[in-house]
Formats: sequence, C-alpha cells, structure tokens
Amino acid sequence: MAVAIAMDAQTVTAWMNEIAASVRAERDYLVQLDAAIGDGDHGINMTRGFDAVTLALSAEPGGTPGKLLILSGKTLVSTVGGASGPLWGSALRKAGRALGEGPTFDLAQLVDAIAAALASVQDLGAAVPGDKTMVDALEPAVTAMREGLARGASSGEMLRSASEAAEAGMRATIPMQARKGRASYLGERSIGHQDPGATSTAMIIRALERTVASSP
Amino acid sequence: MATATRRMRKIINEPDQVVKESLAGLAASVPDVLRYDVANQILVRADAPVKGKVAIISGGGSGHEPLHGGFVGKGMLDAACPGEVFTSPVPDQILAATKAVDGGAGVIHIVKNYTGDVLNFKMAADEAADDGIKVEAIVIDDDVAVQDSLYTAGRRGVGATVIAEKMGGAAAERGDSLEAVAGVIKQVNARGRSFGIALSSCIPPASGNAIFDLPEGEMEVGIGIHGEPGRRRAPLGSAAEIADIMVEAVTSDLAAKSGSNVLAFVNGMGGTPLLELYLLYGEVEKRLRAAGLTPVRNLVGSYITSLEMAGASLTVVELDDNLTALWDAPVHTAALRWGG
Repeated sequence: MAVAIAMDAQTVTAWMNEIAASVRAERDYLVQLDAAIGDGDHGINMTRGFDAVTLALSAEPGGTPGKLLILSGKTLVSTVGGASGPLWGSALRKAGRALGEGPTFDLAQLVDAIAAALASVQDLGAAVPGDKTMVDALEPAVTAMREGLARGASSGEMLRSASEAAEAGMRATIPMQARKGRASYLGERSIGHQDPGATSTAMIIRALERTVASSP
Repeated sequence: MATATRRMRKIINEPDQVVKESLAGLAASVPDVLRYDVANQILVRADAPVKGKVAIISGGGSGHEPLHGGFVGKGMLDAACPGEVFTSPVPDQILAATKAVDGGAGVIHIVKNYTGDVLNFKMAADEAADDGIKVEAIVIDDDVAVQDSLYTAGRRGVGATVIAEKMGGAAAERGDSLEAVAGVIKQVNARGRSFGIALSSCIPPASGNAIFDLPEGEMEVGIGIHGEPGRRRAPLGSAAEIADIMVEAVTSDLAAKSGSNVLAFVNGMGGTPLLELYLLYGEVEKRLRAAGLTPVRNLVGSYITSLEMAGASLTVVELDDNLTALWDAPVHTAALRWGG
C-alpha cells in the first residue's frame, strides 16, 4: 500500500525550493514562450515569486505543512502580480487548507491538496481544459494522481505519472487556440505555440515528483 | 548588466529598479501634485484623503506612462498602483491605495480588462470591504479589435481608460455621489471605442529583448498596450489608409447616431512623434465628419503607451453635455493640466 510514506513540513519547503530552482533555470525559456503569445514576462514573474517564497519559508522554521503552503500562496499573491500571482497564490493557499493542521500528510491528502489547487485555479480563472492555460497541465496531473492512488501505486510511480501527464497536457496546448488570458487576444495566431502557464505548471508538478523521490 | 543596458538603448540604471526609480522621479518632478509611498509602491494625490469626496484609484502594469501615475492629481485620480512592467499590481498595493485615499464617500477602482488586473483588484476590493470601505470596481473594455466572446478574455481596456479617469475624476471633484461618479465612468466605457496599430514592438527592460520582430514595411493591426502582436499583420499603409482602418473599426462598432458630438483621442504608443500624430489626427478628423460625427473635443499625444512601441490608437467617445463639461473641468496632474 502507498500509505507507508508520510510527508511533512520539510517536504513542502523542499518542493518550493525545487520550484524556485526550476523556474530560475528555465526563466529565459518561459520568457521566450510568453513573448510569442503574451508579453514575455512569465519567467521573470515566476522567478520573483518563488524566490520570495523561498525567503519567506526560510524565515518561518517550524509550522505545519498546511501552514507553510498557505504562507507560500500568500507570498505569491503579494509578489507576482499579473494573473499567475492570484492563480498560483490562491491555489497553494487552498492546497494548504486541504492539508489541514497535521504535522504530516499522506499521499491521499497530497492528491486532495493538488485537486483543491486545480479547483481554485478553475474557480478564479474560469478556464476549462482546452482553453490553452495552466489547467491543461494541472488537470491531467490530478487525474493521474487519482488513478495512481486508486490502484495503490507507490508515491514515486504516482508522481511520475502525474509529471508525465502534466507534460503531455503542456505539449497538447501547442495546436490549441487560446480562449483565456492575454494569448486569447491573438485569436488564431495563438495556434502553434506552447502555453507558458501550462509549461511552468508542468515544472511545478515535476518539482513535486523530484522532491518526493529524493526525500528520505 | 552594463552590456545589456547599452544594447537596450534605454536611459536606465539597473533593469529591475526601473519602475521604482521612475516613480521616484515622477514624484520629484511634481511634489505639489502627488507623493510616492515607497513602501507600498503607490502614488497618492498630495492632499489625499479628501474628506467627503469620492476617491478614484487605478493601476496596472508599468510601461504605459503617463498612465496611471501621470494622471494622479486634482480633477483626476486620487492614487495609482503601478505594477512591474506590463504586470498588474498586487492586491497589497491596491488595498494600501484604497485606504490612503478613502475620504468616507467611497472608493472607485478603474480596472482595465486584463485577467491579471481583474483578479488582483478583486482580491483587494474583497479585503477593503472587510475593512468597511465601500468600493466599486468598474472594468474598462473598449478595444474593438477583440470580440467579447467565449473565445477570448473579453475586450481589452485601452484608450477609454484615460477619458474615464479624466471625466470620472472631474465628477468626483464636483462633489458627485459614488453612484453618479460610477455612472460617468460606465457611460464613458459604454460609449467609447478604441483601435490600435503598431509599427514596431517594444523592449521590456527586464528581458532586454523586443517582444516580437516586425519587418520594415509591415504593421500589426489590432494591438493592445503590452507590446504583443495584434490580430493580424498587414503591409504598412499610408496615414490615410491607417485612418481608414481605425475610423471604420471604431465607428462601426460604436454605431453613434449621425450628428453626434464626439471626443476623438489620437494616442501615440510611445515611439511615434507628435509630427505624425497630428497628421493622423487630421486624417481621422475628416473621416469622422464624413461619417456624420462632430469631434467637438480632442486629445492628441502619447497618454497610454507601450514603452517605445511605434504606432497609434484611436479612441472615440460619444459625448453629451454632462461629459463635455466634465472634460472641460479643471485638471491638475503631471500629464494633463488645464483650467483653474
């Protein structure tokens, strides 16, 4: 059974640090994707936000995993701006609330937390799969996690399938015409470009996989 | 860093300090008009809060100067919340501005219709309401290049924002109620339409690269204000041909009655000189009259820009006597200044 693994506050901090490192490493790539169908600042905004999260978490030793996710979300809202700030900020806050007050959480709780993040993004952004947004990466990841949980997959296996699903969803945005966000202003000209929000979302899920895989 | 700076041909220091240093410089240039609250990164009218007056704030990404900071002052905005370049402000800034200007008669948020702006202003308005401040948010969406449909994020807020801030600000200064000031701003949005074209992209300081390449001899048609490409690319036309496109797009959508009085606003995107904007206004003016509209008021210049983008937009607002009087009312800001 998969319940053997217990994750804690350390997992959350390590995940956020891993995201910060990923978006910093891919900053120019995200900027380039955004320049094609947006205004070319996605990598800069995400880097600024997750750098601030890393800083905020390092100033907050202790705290439950749920509290740390809520703090991470609040920090994103206060530092990112644009659409990504409120969307990821609210998503992490809702994920944090879903984890509750406990000092640890299991895989089922993790799945609930990521599902709460997706619900928050869809609620605020009113995007559905196929709109060429971050939902196109996040929604398949949640589905893969739920399936993994149902068949009793190990944490590593479950998160690997979630990452792969998110990346497949990210690539599937290329032929889509954007219906939400700034890319939608381009109409048919948005076709043929990978969505930057779906791309950073896939990075965030991949960072989760790496974090859990390398945890003791 | 120095190399990147020179490559950008921008008069700046460090790219990540551009917004803050520009705000400080603006405040230093008009100390009688506004003050810069560094901690909250907001610009606030020098005499705010004005007791009993409806307050109006706006905000959005930087890079559109003089929008919005240049419009803070008597007869226009009470505060502006500038985000990073082309990135909406965060709720903390908007909440701080709302509190700083609340004179007890309510606060209006003028929000340009972009997903990020709408979300961040909404979060701030919810928090302000929790603090007992009456906030009314009005979303401006005047860009006819984008059709409001299930397939887009809705029409963008562009040139009508400037006119709404001026007329709404005048109504607030005259002592109108929250409802009446909101009504003026909504009327400008309902009876205002805009359309823009670009002859070049622009270079955000943080990335140092042009957002897109536009070969000489071509233009982007149906652009917004974030250096993004437009709805389509076309061979660069003459001023007369560009005026044809703009006037047709705006007037057909506005569908004003023949004989209506209008305000015509020919706006530069940041990199087009007044020599060309005046010329374009002449072309626009003739066509508006031919379409049965009388441009009894106008504004020509670069007021809602996209960094150094070359290009222009046209905004037409249908006027009535009240809006005309509000346009003529005194204004004292860094960028617009007339009357007593």
